[in-house]
Amino acid sequence: MAEDEVILLGFWASVFGIRPRIALEEKEVKYEYREELLVGNNKSPLLLQMNPIHKKIPVLIHNGKPICESLIEVEYIDEMWKDKALLLPSDPYERAQARFWADYIDKKLYDPAKKIHITKDDELEAAEKDLIEVLKMLEGVLGDKTYFGGDNFGYLDIALIGFYGWFPTYQTYFNFSIEAECPKIVGWGNRCMQRDSVAKTLPDQRKILELPKLIRQRLGIE
Amino acid sequence: MEERRDVKLLGTKESIFTQRIVWALKLKGIDYAFIEQDFSSRSSPLLVELNPVYKMVPVIVHDGKSLSESLVILEYIEETWPVNPLFPVDPFERASARFWARFIDGMFYEAAKKAFFSSGEAKAEGVELVEEGLHLLEGQIIGKKFFGGEKIGYLDIIAGWISYWFQYIEEVGEFKAMDSRKYPCLHAWINNFIQVPIIQQSLPKADDVKAVYRGFKDAAALAAAN
Repeated sequence: MAEDEVILLGFWASVFGIRPRIALEEKEVKYEYREELLVGNNKSPLLLQMNPIHKKIPVLIHNGKPICESLIEVEYIDEMWKDKALLLPSDPYERAQARFWADYIDKKLYDPAKKIHITKDDELEAAEKDLIEVLKMLEGVLGDKTYFGGDNFGYLDIALIGFYGWFPTYQTYFNFSIEAECPKIVGWGNRCMQRDSVAKTLPDQRKILELPKLIRQRLGIE
Repeated sequence: MEERRDVKLLGTKESIFTQRIVWALKLKGIDYAFIEQDFSSRSSPLLVELNPVYKMVPVIVHDGKSLSESLVILEYIEETWPVNPLFPVDPFERASARFWARFIDGMFYEAAKKAFFSSGEAKAEGVELVEEGLHLLEGQIIGKKFFGGEKIGYLDIIAGWISYWFQYIEEVGEFKAMDSRKYPCLHAWINNFIQVPIIQQSLPKADDVKAVYRGFKDAAALAAAN
């Protein structure tokens, strides 16, 4: 049987791009990772061809066919490589809960978080309040579990872990302590970092710290 | 499998998101109790209790456990009641269907809202984005009777509001984007879709839909004035 060709187009700091990457690592699937140069807005011809509608990473290309949207990619990976490390729970209601909260993360966490790139200092306060509220909600969902998936690291952990890499940066710009507000989430993040799939792919938090300044400079905010 | 009669659906007849769930349940022959919510008082105590995060319809309650968000509910219904499958079988086709569902609920829906609520240049921008969306959906339906193939499936259910509600969004929103000459395949799909008996029997009255949309416009105007 011919070997699968799996290519992943991503961006090193992206909270979304890391999701299919961790999924592939958990499943021990061989893949080729290609970095897109997003800060200079030099999107590759392949990216524009494979995701013509949104022109965004991540794009998973499996035997030449593109799959777009990070959470859709994680489900696809889970369905295609069923023999190892199941990422979604097997119970339909628990699956629904995982999907619901992953969707919540996409709807509610990204917007206030990205304000550090584009908002002037005096507008950050409202974004900070939103961010804390969302993280506290997620802290409630986690509770005292090891992972959001319970004993098993899975879909919802993968949905959130990319943001964990940004925590020190959020704390710098928003001026609050995530550890103080959401200690369980921080504990969870530390546990996830013990996993090879996360340790190998989560970007260096110090490098992330430099990004907002770079983006704000390019946008002429500072 | 034992027939479950413990399914409740909280929704409104005019809501495009509620209707998706009605269609999925009916297509699978699942009995349910419809607990009608009032559009004008959208957050009843029961709704807030069952959907504390968003306080919106639809909410499904099965076996005493509640779920919200129509896309999440549809996946749950498919997995719990595999009879008459609505999703494609092939994983790539499933990913593609999910992608287009997000597109319809994301970019396309936001464009329609912009065209509906805005005026002047912003309105024109919204209409342009709607037309781009219709063009893309035309590309997806070419050569097919339904998005699901010969029978209606998941993506038809998601796109379903375009077949009936959209014309009233245009009418009350005072814009025009749908054009049977520019989007002939989509136009044909619309006719095929609303003729499916389960769909036809569930469509709310035009006047009721228009009244709801006028309500949205009035509320927006009031908010803008304050």
